[in-house]
Amino acid sequence: MFYREAGDFSTTYAEDQQTFPIKFDRYRYYVVLFIAIVVVPFVINDYWANSLLLPFLIYAIAAIGLNILVGYCGQVSLGTGGFMAVGAYACYKFMTGVDIWWGGELLFRLPEFNIFFSVIMGGVMTALVGVLFGLPSLRIKGFYLAVATLAAQFFLVWLFNRVSWFYNYSASGQINAPERDLFGVLITGPSTEPWATYLFCLFFTIVCAVVARNLTRGASGRKWMAIRDMDIAAEIIGVNPLRAKLTAFAVSSFFVGISGALFFAVYLGAVEVGEAFGITKSFLVLFMIIIGGLGSIFGSFAGAAFLVLLPVVLKVVGVDWLGWPTDIVAHLQLVIVGGLIVMFLILEPHGLAQLWRVAKEKLRLWPFPH
Amino acid sequence: MPEQLAFTIEVFLNGLMAGVLYALVALGFVLIYKASGIFNYAQGVMALFAAMTLVGIQNGQVPFSHLINAIFGTEIHHFGWHVHSVLAIAFTVVVMIILAWAVQRFVFRHLVGQEPIILFMATIGLAYFLEGVADLMWGSEIKALDVCMSEGNCLPQGMNGWIDQTTFDVFGYGFFIDNLDIVASIVAALLVAGLVMFAQYTKQGRAMRAVADDHQAALSVGVSLNFIWILVWSLAGFVALVAGIMWGAKSGVQFSLSLIALKALPVLMLGGFTSIPGAIVGGLIIGVGEKLFEFLIGAPFLGGATENWFAYMLALLFLVFRPQGLFGEKIIERV
Repeated sequence: MFYREAGDFSTTYAEDQQTFPIKFDRYRYYVVLFIAIVVVPFVINDYWANSLLLPFLIYAIAAIGLNILVGYCGQVSLGTGGFMAVGAYACYKFMTGVDIWWGGELLFRLPEFNIFFSVIMGGVMTALVGVLFGLPSLRIKGFYLAVATLAAQFFLVWLFNRVSWFYNYSASGQINAPERDLFGVLITGPSTEPWATYLFCLFFTIVCAVVARNLTRGASGRKWMAIRDMDIAAEIIGVNPLRAKLTAFAVSSFFVGISGALFFAVYLGAVEVGEAFGITKSFLVLFMIIIGGLGSIFGSFAGAAFLVLLPVVLKVVGVDWLGWPTDIVAHLQLVIVGGLIVMFLILEPHGLAQLWRVAKEKLRLWPFPH
Repeated sequence: MPEQLAFTIEVFLNGLMAGVLYALVALGFVLIYKASGIFNYAQGVMALFAAMTLVGIQNGQVPFSHLINAIFGTEIHHFGWHVHSVLAIAFTVVVMIILAWAVQRFVFRHLVGQEPIILFMATIGLAYFLEGVADLMWGSEIKALDVCMSEGNCLPQGMNGWIDQTTFDVFGYGFFIDNLDIVASIVAALLVAGLVMFAQYTKQGRAMRAVADDHQAALSVGVSLNFIWILVWSLAGFVALVAGIMWGAKSGVQFSLSLIALKALPVLMLGGFTSIPGAIVGGLIIGVGEKLFEFLIGAPFLGGATENWFAYMLALLFLVFRPQGLFGEKIIERV
């Protein structure tokens, strides 16, 4: 009954190739966008923004980024936390004006960037670092590469801890986002409105999702998938593995960097690198894409939503309703997340995205079985 | 002998000892990887789980007591007895065998024939699961592990004093080596010798090697894959227990124990995933390398704490030149 393609004729190639070719699906997408852009900002409050919506949007960007690398290009990365840290620190440096020192004296200082461009620069810097750490992927594969990306994770966190230039020589070793505005509306700092931060993150999320979707179904996405499925065969049919892998690393790191910048500047406001961008963050984002579905943009959103929601739900049920101590609930959460990962890999290796596809197929025939 | 050189040698020796501990964890990885092609990220958490179980049994803790108390409002914590170390170790081995069976039965039997990377991710999930279960069972606070070696009475009393004295007489500088490290090295040597003997001279060991060589061929001559996999996971569980005891006695049983699993990864990269001697040599290289690097370059020039990343960087550089590791089998790829 739903998702029927009957009576839905496309008369141009553009119509045939669009992301949502089925009319019902397209309208559903518009409705979701409408609610997200127009309705939510009016009803949002601090609790919803800070505990659910902002983390969801930001993690969704990171998950899309990692999904491009792992799900589409098949290069497993455990360095997401480190790359998010690059985004955060690059954003911070550009927000406060990059200072270049040479031989103990200040050579020059860039003007302070607008917050919007700072976030973008966070992405760009991360892309550069990502390409650098992606270089070994040309020679090493699989687990070996996963461990190589661990080098990025630990090295970057150490670097941001030790080199005081990155945190502007502050005594605490933390970075704090100063107050910055966009069109006169405060985006960062302690006195922001929830709707402003929400819309700011939403903008980046939507743009990233659209870009990722179109990249992955275009020529570059096909090359990534060819590399993922069998790199030697891909090379033989004319995919340049150097370019394919490095572009995957660059694009993926760009998204991850943007999410790191938003995570620091808009969501947390103050960051201590080992705590906020440690190895657990890398695993969290990896779990999002496994649960959501490897190689699916929708899956990135679903996984991010699931893993942001799960601790909140567990806290409400465990601590508030049942009155259990918080540490038991935290341990239960580990058990549940771990169990879910294993369960998804066994029962549904393609994650929530595949469940959604199956559901669509069922809805199409419903209520008639054939 | 100049002071600086003596210091360096001492750092070198301590690095060797740390390397032995890394090698112990890496050994568990190699066992499972050889027999089933599963890269077991959960090895470190298994060590944590084993050590916590050991401490819990020793102290007569009630498993899941916190959870039971939270649900039923009771106040139980201890059975009120203390179990002798040897008995407790035996019980823990039984628990690890049950764990091996459960992992095989409920997880990996369903994942046979999946891609290696999927199996790897499954073990990450397993690691989280086990960690949560271990915390729920025994509580997450740091525990002191008190098997004989922490008091040093497994060795003749004053062993390190003797080393200190002798080296002072010979070189004019007394080396300090922890008793525990000596015990760890001896245990590791015994363990490796035992494993090699087991693999070479017993029927099950031969079957294990056959499975490692070729699953299908082993199956066709009547080796039960299921049994061998449970056996291998049990062995890995045992190795994890030994590693857990060593690390636990050194720095207390706590969450950071599971992070040594990550350190074991570069060890494996250096040594090669499929080689038991490789795991040992890799562990020693990493242990010595990171201690020496920290001592000679890290602390004076880079602001310290380079131990966090040195091992990974070394593995990364190494891999670029020799992707299969020092002792690994050459990787041959075909379309």
